[in-house]
Amino acid sequence: MALDRFFRRRRPQQQAGSDMPDLWTQCPACKESVYNRDLEASLWVCPKCSHHLRLEAGRRVEVLLDEGSFVQLSGRVHPTDPLNFQDTEAYVDRLSRAQKKTGRPDAILTGTGSILGLPVTLAVMDFAFSGGSMGSVVGEEISRAAEHAAEIGTPFVLVAASGGARMQESALSLMQMAKTTVALESLTARGLPYVSILTDPTTGGVTASFATIADVIMAEPGALIGFAGPRVIQQTIRQSLPEGFQRAEFLLEHGMIDDVVDRRNHRNFLAGLLGVLTRRAPDAPPAEQPAPPSAEAPA
Amino acid sequence: MTTPSTDLKATLKKLEARVHDLEVTARETGQNLDSTIHTLRAEVERLRTAPANGVMTRWERVQLARAPGRPTAHDYTERLVTDFTELHGDRNFADDHALIGGPGRWQGRPVMLLMQQKGRDTKSRVRRRFGMSNPEGYRKAMRLMDLADKFGLPVVCLIDTPGAYPGIEAEERGQAWAIAESIQRMVRLKVPAVCAVIGEGGSGGALAIGVGNRVLIQENAWYSVISPESCAAILWRDSAQAPKAAEALKLTAPDLLELGIVEEVIPEPVGGAHLDLDAAAAALGEVVSRHLDELSLLNEQELKAQRAARFRALGAFTES
Repeated sequence: MALDRFFRRRRPQQQAGSDMPDLWTQCPACKESVYNRDLEASLWVCPKCSHHLRLEAGRRVEVLLDEGSFVQLSGRVHPTDPLNFQDTEAYVDRLSRAQKKTGRPDAILTGTGSILGLPVTLAVMDFAFSGGSMGSVVGEEISRAAEHAAEIGTPFVLVAASGGARMQESALSLMQMAKTTVALESLTARGLPYVSILTDPTTGGVTASFATIADVIMAEPGALIGFAGPRVIQQTIRQSLPEGFQRAEFLLEHGMIDDVVDRRNHRNFLAGLLGVLTRRAPDAPPAEQPAPPSAEAPA
Repeated sequence: MTTPSTDLKATLKKLEARVHDLEVTARETGQNLDSTIHTLRAEVERLRTAPANGVMTRWERVQLARAPGRPTAHDYTERLVTDFTELHGDRNFADDHALIGGPGRWQGRPVMLLMQQKGRDTKSRVRRRFGMSNPEGYRKAMRLMDLADKFGLPVVCLIDTPGAYPGIEAEERGQAWAIAESIQRMVRLKVPAVCAVIGEGGSGGALAIGVGNRVLIQENAWYSVISPESCAAILWRDSAQAPKAAEALKLTAPDLLELGIVEEVIPEPVGGAHLDLDAAAAALGEVVSRHLDELSLLNEQELKAQRAARFRALGAFTES
């Protein structure tokens, strides 16, 4: 297995396909090497073990929306360093590194598009940018996207992937929890549905605000979802955590989320659900056969 | 925040008198008051040797906010609230002892009180989980907010928590959900809400009852997205760097006023609220009452709109 070890060393990161000219990717769960073209066809769900690899925000948009339908809203709002924050590294340096890495001003990508013909406004958090942490920009862009959805009358879909509020903006980050909640009220006022999709990982201030006040909460299989991180809990109670604790399936069992949905079914799940919630005629969106879990990506 | 030295002298005199009184009480009644006396003596010493009171580091303020003798919500409500009826339970699972509440009169004004309570001695601190709520605390708070809306009672929140409790059961019962819903419930309040951080404002656990028309903070309280220790553990990989983290987080009352996160800093007696409970309570009572009176002029729509606009505007960014 010399070849296997060779690849493991070359690609230690779990982020799928950010800079991979290589032909193979090793599944972080089952350690099998998967042909990249197969992985892409299965929407970065391991064809061998169904592990859902983390997705970069742009790729998430491709997975969810009809091809070519995405019109970006976010991008004009840029982070600042209101506290002049300095730990082992200056916040401004951390920011510019993350911006260079992802090509985005901050950990969020929003826009409009359609899912099987049904118009939606979408906000996607980018875990690749500073762990998807929520500072002023993330809060502002999510707020604007929700308000935009209310304005143009579409459902709002949010994909959460975040370690929580961003420490480097301290109380201002904390306040984004209240701010986004305020903005989401505009959807309630217009009777428009809001669906959140919790992906691996969603914790802290994001779980404790906009991500969990959706009308419908979906989660990807195996996603870590919680308020406190497992390490913090372990330190507090000083005992080991139960098997599967804080995983999507655990939360479904405890009644905290509406369903655990395989990524390959997200489009069908959302189109069906949002079609009913918005009382759309069933033949309004172009019909598409429901894909079995292992099917290729919908065109 | 400079204070005239005459104030300091008066405080010292008061403190010394209290130490003396306690010693007499201890002698006459046989009560063991050693720890209280010891704390006060240490405080006298600290004040005497402090080069210039007011030039406190952020970390020192954090320690003041956590001082064992720091007044708890109960200490204030005992002095400011009459006809208080504590209402228990979330009607679903349990009664949380870290977040308590009920109707009462705040310096005569009918209000719904919500307060985080750390406890005053070891036994009650354990019972109240050091002010760290389980989800039931926030669910009880929401139930009481429903009552406040129904009976037109302004909501007064006294915030004092290191954070929401990070435990297995808390996660199982949806700690994050309870906090998120409590934030949303406050956004939707039809009545005025005045929130005051009186000790520790620990992250989401504090914000859950912190979405007010006015947010106030006592001079030596702190409010932040994360505790200095946890921040240091993550960013410096060493929780002993907490003093550095406290500086970086800009979590003190003057910082928060500058950032526009609070409307007003409530003054404390020289050296901290624990040195003169009555004076600390009087200041808190006066400021909260003033804001309640101002807000009483607004109708339901105006209150909601003002609260929404207040929080919608918070954040720092540039736009290209």
